[in-house]
Amino acid sequence: MYKFHYQRASSVDEAREKYSASDEPRYLAGGMTLLPALNLRLDRPSTLLDIGHLSELKGIEENDRGIKVGALSRHRDVSRSDLIQEKIPALARLAGSIGDPMVRNRGTIGGSLANNDPAADYPAAVLGLKATIHTDKREIDADDYFEGAFETALEQGEIITGVTFPVPEDAGYGRLANPASRFPLIGVFVAKFSDGPRVAVTGAGPGVFRVSEMEEALSQNWSAETVKDISVSGQDFSTDLHASAEYRAHMITVMAERALSQ
Amino acid sequence: MVKLFKSLFGAPGADESKSTQKSDPVASSPVEAGQISDHSDLITVAMTVNGEKISRQVEGRRRLVEFLREDLRLTGTHVSCDTAQCGACTIHLDGLPVKSCAVLACQADGSDIVTIEGLADGDKLHPMQEAFREYHGLQCGFCTPGMVMSAIGLINDNPSPTEEEIRDHLEGNICRCTGYHNIIKSIAAGGQAMKGQNNV
Repeated sequence: MYKFHYQRASSVDEAREKYSASDEPRYLAGGMTLLPALNLRLDRPSTLLDIGHLSELKGIEENDRGIKVGALSRHRDVSRSDLIQEKIPALARLAGSIGDPMVRNRGTIGGSLANNDPAADYPAAVLGLKATIHTDKREIDADDYFEGAFETALEQGEIITGVTFPVPEDAGYGRLANPASRFPLIGVFVAKFSDGPRVAVTGAGPGVFRVSEMEEALSQNWSAETVKDISVSGQDFSTDLHASAEYRAHMITVMAERALSQ
Repeated sequence: MVKLFKSLFGAPGADESKSTQKSDPVASSPVEAGQISDHSDLITVAMTVNGEKISRQVEGRRRLVEFLREDLRLTGTHVSCDTAQCGACTIHLDGLPVKSCAVLACQADGSDIVTIEGLADGDKLHPMQEAFREYHGLQCGFCTPGMVMSAIGLINDNPSPTEEEIRDHLEGNICRCTGYHNIIKSIAAGGQAMKGQNNV
């Protein structure tokens, strides 16, 4: 990798100050995307600001809005949390399906959401569960956060501090793994709330999105049977060597059925 | 991060003709890669490696796998893909298997590291190493240190994994020789042998 300055921040405030004082800074949390990219010399930051040790960004706890997951919670932590396994088991299963065991031991929820890879798992859960993203400056609703591949509502230097997931009445996650990378070729997160169901899809195209036709049908009847004949248009989806846009569109229906069968 | 991937998909910094020129964003480094221009860029890191406390000065970009192999001469940890996919560089950091090609030495400051060299007790192999030998869980051996470290991580979490659980766990360790079959058998046997022992 190219040379850079490494600095470890001792607080969120200090991280912000150091960020402002640097030419081309990047925050470093788990590093499971950033460091491989630097190994490949795909990026050339002047400074890596390590925020991976900040205790103020750690911890998983229940409050009156749901379950708040600290931004530095590793995928392992979320998948093995007793609280999440009890309250939102689909979220624990999703976290346990990311990457591989060694990646899950380092990668963080905050890093995944800041990166917003169009084939990441977490965006489906965050949008599907109408989560709130907390930053050092404000709160952002999931519906306002994702802005397409690798783009988010975060401003320069803004730091995700945590995510609050409302506890649904029921939820599920259907995931078709890419046979090579194991990223979700299609991932569908479904969640049932008293004010209506939500269906969020990752992997299909340039970013996570909701499927309103399925949500409307599920508000009448929450079952796998309800979605099996609802097809999604694939016109904006990706076609690559792994799958055509049509196949991806079809798999949304199939994965939604699986998510509702759990 | 947004910028990172704009550069990844737009115009990656792959313009090699410019990469060592004055556009270098690191103010104090008009130097070739691998050289240290200024000792103020060195950072002191301290950690425990295989039970021994060590301290060294490193560049910020020094990866943990390089630190182990080149600075500490612990060459049992291998490095291959460089992108956190193959698992050859797997070591234990604070008790959990991680891919040391995607960890900076500076990030590991203050941590407890165990590498493949730290498993055996003198001439007595760790039960997982012994199982790989007994069940012929290796051919060329390149992936083996990472396989063994990853396998011990699995057994620490799940002392009696099913075959399916072992196969699922090996998602992040690639072997090009064995077809995995004997690795699965080795891990199952190594897991049994580790039971009741106070291992890594």
